[in-house]
Amino acid sequence: MIMARPKPIEEIIDEIKDFNKVLIAGCDGCVTVCEAGGSKEVQVLASALRLYFTKERKRLEIDETSLTRQCDKDYLHELLDKIDDYDAIVSLACGAGVQFMAEMYRKKPIFPGVDTCFIGVTEERGVWAERCQACGQCILASTGGICPISRCSKRMLNGPCGGSEKGKCEISPDTDCGWHLIYERLKELGQLDFFAEPTDPKDWVSSRDGGPRKIVREDVRL
Amino acid sequence: MRLRYPTNIKIIKVPCSGRVAIIHMLKALEEGADGVIVAGCLEGDCHYQSGNLWAKKRVSYVQEILEKIGMEPERVAMYNLSAGEGPRFAEIAREMTEKVKELGPSPIRDAKKLASKKSKVEVAA
Amino acid sequence: MNTTTPSKLEKILAEGHFAVTSECGPPRGANGEVVEEKANLIKDHVDAINVTDNQTSVVRLCSLAACIRIKQMGLEPVLQMVTRDRNRIGIQSDILGAASFGIHNILCLTGDHQHFGDHPQAINVFDLDSTQLIQTVKLMRDEGQLLGGFEMKELPNMFIGAAANPFADPFEIRVARLAKKVAAGCQFIQTQCIYNMEKFKTWMQQVRDQGLHEKVAILAGLTPMKNVGMAKYMKNRVPGIDVPDEIIERLAAVPKEKQADEGTKICVEQIEELKEEEGIRGFHIMAIEWEEKVPEIVEMAGLYPRPEV
Repeated sequence: MIMARPKPIEEIIDEIKDFNKVLIAGCDGCVTVCEAGGSKEVQVLASALRLYFTKERKRLEIDETSLTRQCDKDYLHELLDKIDDYDAIVSLACGAGVQFMAEMYRKKPIFPGVDTCFIGVTEERGVWAERCQACGQCILASTGGICPISRCSKRMLNGPCGGSEKGKCEISPDTDCGWHLIYERLKELGQLDFFAEPTDPKDWVSSRDGGPRKIVREDVRL
Repeated sequence: MRLRYPTNIKIIKVPCSGRVAIIHMLKALEEGADGVIVAGCLEGDCHYQSGNLWAKKRVSYVQEILEKIGMEPERVAMYNLSAGEGPRFAEIAREMTEKVKELGPSPIRDAKKLASKKSKVEVAA
Repeated sequence: MNTTTPSKLEKILAEGHFAVTSECGPPRGANGEVVEEKANLIKDHVDAINVTDNQTSVVRLCSLAACIRIKQMGLEPVLQMVTRDRNRIGIQSDILGAASFGIHNILCLTGDHQHFGDHPQAINVFDLDSTQLIQTVKLMRDEGQLLGGFEMKELPNMFIGAAANPFADPFEIRVARLAKKVAAGCQFIQTQCIYNMEKFKTWMQQVRDQGLHEKVAILAGLTPMKNVGMAKYMKNRVPGIDVPDEIIERLAAVPKEKQADEGTKICVEQIEELKEEEGIRGFHIMAIEWEEKVPEIVEMAGLYPRPEV
């Protein structure tokens, strides 16, 4: 899932302070899973903003809603009837959702309410961690199911580097050394041959470096 | 026990302090409450294991929000006591009332009063 | 052993001498003369001079410019190159630039993460890692090709080196990693600085068990301790360095004014011990911001004068 973090409320206040009627729009997808932008978070944010603006004697009406997903036009359409009532929207969806909403409702200022961080997993409630960098050419088959591009701070393909200590990365004792994990897993799987051969330089064309990406699947289009 | 405690306390009963959500505390303040007390069982004695620990976390979170928006975080507080501790409850009620009196009325209540006066005047005019 | 490049360092090793190298940390400013001053302090006591490449991600005058200066002084530079700050286009370009000035030694490194330096907000590149950099230099030198396939007429003729850290984890794969670098084309190694002799000797035994000591020339890395504070700092704050408590205790037992001499003594003792270690072909003395100590250490260790080749 895409993992995000709520934006500091001061930033959101700054985004909307000059408007009169604002809609906070959540998303029931990824941001609900990481408890940053679902309907619960919409309610809490809206309430906190109301407290702030009431205290400041500023008339700012704040309404709440949540969409099934904001990365799908069909769901974004649901706002068509009411969007003109508002001066601005704060979208708690991930960066993709915020942009898609802005593309559909071009004349409305759409502000982000979360900071989108990474593709990751729920290690436990309250702890979400990065797992995938979307490089476009998955190599997990030869690294024991652990990705060196997302889990090695230096995205080495022939790691670990000389800074790996007690299974942790040189940048922080809280960060696992991705290559230490890969080595241990390859050992468990009896696949240490993958470790012995030098891996050639990666073709980064399919990653962000090749330019903004698109997938077109003719087999599912008419 | 018929102990005396201040009459300004409105009690809302819940089966466990863990039932209290962040939005409940914020809504109470939105409606103009000067303060919010979450009273839960003593730590370690929660009938539902950790409900009071969740409550503590949520109260903390609300205090953080209040601080960030410029309201006094002391308006929301968590207290732990056992169901049989009548005198302690009265004490908590007095303590919190004193604290909130010192802080003054909620800035929300004043602002709402002002806003409704304004709109009454507008209607009259 | 025959030589494959015009490198003086390679020649010294091929003739069976112990090689001695040291390093120059370039300045944090535009004054290139600092490099000359440092090089002059050590030039008669070493066979080649490494120039670090934005070490610990701290911006310094670039290694390539400093190496050119050293070459123009008539000395033998070793170009240290990290893959943190440049992509394969910049890297191959810099290799050609170095070769065009007659620089024949390159040390291929991945580089410390920018977290450690004064620009932690920067993007890092890591288009290649150290092993892939070794492959790249070898391809350019032996096949005359760039990674993208272009065939060059004038080829860079470089003696290829890399670093090895016997003290990082997991210990059991340190030798496997060295083997990978050798398979990729590495010809000489400079190790991370050694304090834990026991652990180092264990690593050397494993290196010998795999026959790697015959395929690559290993230069033992050494850094003299200035005082007990430095020892503690290196133990606790520098990644990948293993300082046993005995060293700290030995330095602490001596009054402050005598600690530098004690640190130098420890370094020389290590050199003497490692001369007897099969597979050790030389010494890389990294006297960080203490370059003036290098001549003393080289002389006390009986490695002066340096052979003429």
